[in-house]
Amino acid sequence: MNDLTNSADIDYSCFPDDRGHFGIYGGRFVSETLIFALDELAEMYQRLKDDPGFQAEFDKDMAHYIGRPSPLYHAERWSQRVGGAQLYLKREDLNHTGAHKVNNTIGQALLAKYSGKKRIIAETGAGQHGVASATVAARLGLECEVFMGEEDVRRQSLNVYRMKLLGATVNEVQSGTRTLKDAMNEAMRDWVTNVDDTFYIIGTVAGPHPYPQLVRDFQSIIGREAREQCLAQIGRLPDVLVACVGGGSNAIGLFHPFLNDENVAMYGVEAGGEGVETGRHAAPLSDGIPGVLHGNRTYLMEDQNGQIIETHSISAGLDYPGVGPEHSWLKDLGRVNYVAVNDDEALAAFRELTLIEGIMPALESSHALAYAKKLAQSMSSDRSLVVNLSGRGDKDILTIAAMDGIKVS
Amino acid sequence: MINRITQRMQALKEANRKALVTYIVSGDPTPDVTLNAIQELVAKGADIIELGIPFSDPMAEGPVIQRGHERALAHHVSLKSTLALVKQFRETDNETPVVLMGYANPVERMGYSEFATAAFAAGVDGVLTVDLPPEEAVGLNKALRNVGLQNIFLLSPTTTVQRIRDIASLASGFVYYVSLKGVTGAGHLDLGSVKDKLGHIRQYTDLPICVGFGIKDGNSANAVAEYADGAVVGSVFVDKMGTLENESSQTIVQAIGQLAAEIRYGLDGY
Repeated sequence: MNDLTNSADIDYSCFPDDRGHFGIYGGRFVSETLIFALDELAEMYQRLKDDPGFQAEFDKDMAHYIGRPSPLYHAERWSQRVGGAQLYLKREDLNHTGAHKVNNTIGQALLAKYSGKKRIIAETGAGQHGVASATVAARLGLECEVFMGEEDVRRQSLNVYRMKLLGATVNEVQSGTRTLKDAMNEAMRDWVTNVDDTFYIIGTVAGPHPYPQLVRDFQSIIGREAREQCLAQIGRLPDVLVACVGGGSNAIGLFHPFLNDENVAMYGVEAGGEGVETGRHAAPLSDGIPGVLHGNRTYLMEDQNGQIIETHSISAGLDYPGVGPEHSWLKDLGRVNYVAVNDDEALAAFRELTLIEGIMPALESSHALAYAKKLAQSMSSDRSLVVNLSGRGDKDILTIAAMDGIKVS
Repeated sequence: MINRITQRMQALKEANRKALVTYIVSGDPTPDVTLNAIQELVAKGADIIELGIPFSDPMAEGPVIQRGHERALAHHVSLKSTLALVKQFRETDNETPVVLMGYANPVERMGYSEFATAAFAAGVDGVLTVDLPPEEAVGLNKALRNVGLQNIFLLSPTTTVQRIRDIASLASGFVYYVSLKGVTGAGHLDLGSVKDKLGHIRQYTDLPICVGFGIKDGNSANAVAEYADGAVVGSVFVDKMGTLENESSQTIVQAIGQLAAEIRYGLDGY
């Protein structure tokens, strides 16, 4: 299923290099003023990541605050309906706060605690990372400010209110395209200004080194659990993994612990918006070129002058013109296949899983479900496929209702 | 040919004067204003013209300069048209150094060596890429050196000794000391810290040091002149471009010139 000739002898656990590079991707493309803070963070993370005390604290929070391990659920009825491979759902939607995002915010909040900084900031698109950040801030008694594009504030009003209830300040960003990328610019600007007392919790596997590495490491709990659960439930490793990719944190979290398993194929599903061929999408790996944005080199959606262009997706969490640098590297190596699913297909998957399994997926995760269905249909019933159900769909109900012409208030 | 930046900095040193480095965004508020504006800046005492290359995601800029980039982009101003503008400027001014300041992505899109060749041909003297710290700048640095363009680097209050050394080994023309932790146009100058840090930096480089971020008027320019070899002023000009956006080109240019004259006066009076 997968051509592994040029990537079979790479040990994926050895990347990035000490300057944050995954091949030509990643790195640290920021103004000189931020270098000191990034060095400090990288140094602290290197020191703590293998520290038994730090790990124990992380594991304890994962178990007792988040409710991990999240189940690996065999969606038998859906599998039967689809007619093909057995579909398993990694239930990140059951985590406290409703998505995979919290795995990372718990980890970074612990780093913030060790650093002694009293204020945390975060950028958010769909609002899930903002909610997860506001949640850990409330629990640790830290001041929290979340940057969110004006357009996303409108689309995700429920999450905005959740953040406010949790005591966070939501800063509505009105520059550029008023979405996630602009929220990230604004958070970087805040960080460079308040770097002495502020910890920046980046929500995805993008940004300058060491963020892509540390976010991946915290999210890899998804794949480590899934690996054990597959061995216990199926008796072997899965044949295929599928996850949606915006910045790519839930995907890398599921994929990374399996990268050295040559026989496990992987699919990252980008937001095809109105169709990749229309240009109105958010799929840089499918239809972009390498460039530099937000502190790293990676595939981007840009025009012929190198300006970042507007993205389109029904799902705010995938509406981002870049992608984590490790994904760009995995694409070039051919280790992971990157594909796109349109708004309509994602919506259909949302409805199908809701009706057949009684599980309401986030619109982001619905992209992965839609592609998983197509793949499963081409596979035999003794094969198994794991989909990362990265978040729950409650936050999207107003969007869906509006499409149905129903006013919910 | 000796680079115009080096030439200008030497001449200023001999005359015991400080460099006034003025920043505006190419094409802000409209493309037809920029050429007249930079000519007027030179007429009113600017020593080095720093021209911002508009970018969709200017991460290190405060709100004032962000809006300058947005105004220019609304008129589709690009790296290419910026180079064409410099070429036009050179038709009447072959003395004043021009530094392009921008972000890595438009330059990468053009290609490092294509960019360096085109910039040199247009009459550019130096390049400052905000998001290329020395560890990521090696490729562009080499391309610039190959054609004789100077590579300006930022130093910040948090730059370590090792990094000052690394940066000094790549830098040419002058080094740009960012006076504060923050984005462009923010905060106030901490003169005590500028004094200490500049003394420290001079132990590792003989390059002239220009100070920017936080210089708003004649007084603040005057204050840094005691320690620095030059002052970089940007946000006040870009702010003026924004407030006069709907006025005639002549009115805008005149106002920009007046600001430059005031700052020049302050800088010379130190």
